[in-house]
Amino acid sequence: MAITPQQVVFILISVLTLGCGLMVVLSRNLFHSALWLVGSFFGVAALYGLLEAEFLAVAQILIYIGAIATLIVFATMLTRGMMLGRMKMSNFQSGVSAVVAVLLLGLLVMVLLQVNWPTEAVPVPGDTIAMIGNAFVSAYVIPFEVVSLLLLVALVGAIMIARER
Amino acid sequence: MVPLNWYLVVAAALFCIGLYGALSRRNAVAVLMGIELILNAVNINLIAFWRYVTPKEVTGQIFAIFVFAVAAAEAAVGLALMIGIYRTRDTVNLEELDLLKG
Repeated sequence: MAITPQQVVFILISVLTLGCGLMVVLSRNLFHSALWLVGSFFGVAALYGLLEAEFLAVAQILIYIGAIATLIVFATMLTRGMMLGRMKMSNFQSGVSAVVAVLLLGLLVMVLLQVNWPTEAVPVPGDTIAMIGNAFVSAYVIPFEVVSLLLLVALVGAIMIARER
Repeated sequence: MVPLNWYLVVAAALFCIGLYGALSRRNAVAVLMGIELILNAVNINLIAFWRYVTPKEVTGQIFAIFVFAVAAAEAAVGLALMIGIYRTRDTVNLEELDLLKG
């Protein structure tokens, strides 16, 4: 089976995503972990682009890299979380959790490669973003409003929890 | 075209990396980073199934957008909790935060 250019791009993006993800969990400096996390988020956004979900790719960059990664960097700096090399970053159960993660990965890969997924090689309709917008104000209007309320409550709650007393 | 299996394997690998991070780190912020990796892996799965199984409907993308919103809320509240804990206990090391332990 010849490898197409799209598959080469997919492999490169996957290596970037997984490599950055590994550095997030293995790096000894918490600030470096946060920076590697940005790389991993960027790789995931590129995967969305490869899957022709453009809106999700842009939203991933705006929300995850623009908001969540920045929040994590702030929290790292506000909590003296770096503790540069002064203490171990992993706890007593790191060996067990590594074994569990590797076993789970093996099990998942075994299952995923055996199942014959019912795929359908249909091109994506051109106006996906308009379809998403329509769905949010018709079929999914109640979940949409609930999620907006959840965000509002979470933001007010975050300010309440973190403020000076 | 890239087979669907490849996306699922990458998502499974990212999930396991995040799981290891969430289980093995001592710092609460690092645990949160692992959880964010797990949520990203789930989103890759959702979008891959949307693209390969039902590209004519946008249900998969909408579910992923809800995951985005919940992840943002979770990160905001979680990091606020850590800042609050750091202010009172002067640490975010999860092994020292055993106030609720009987």
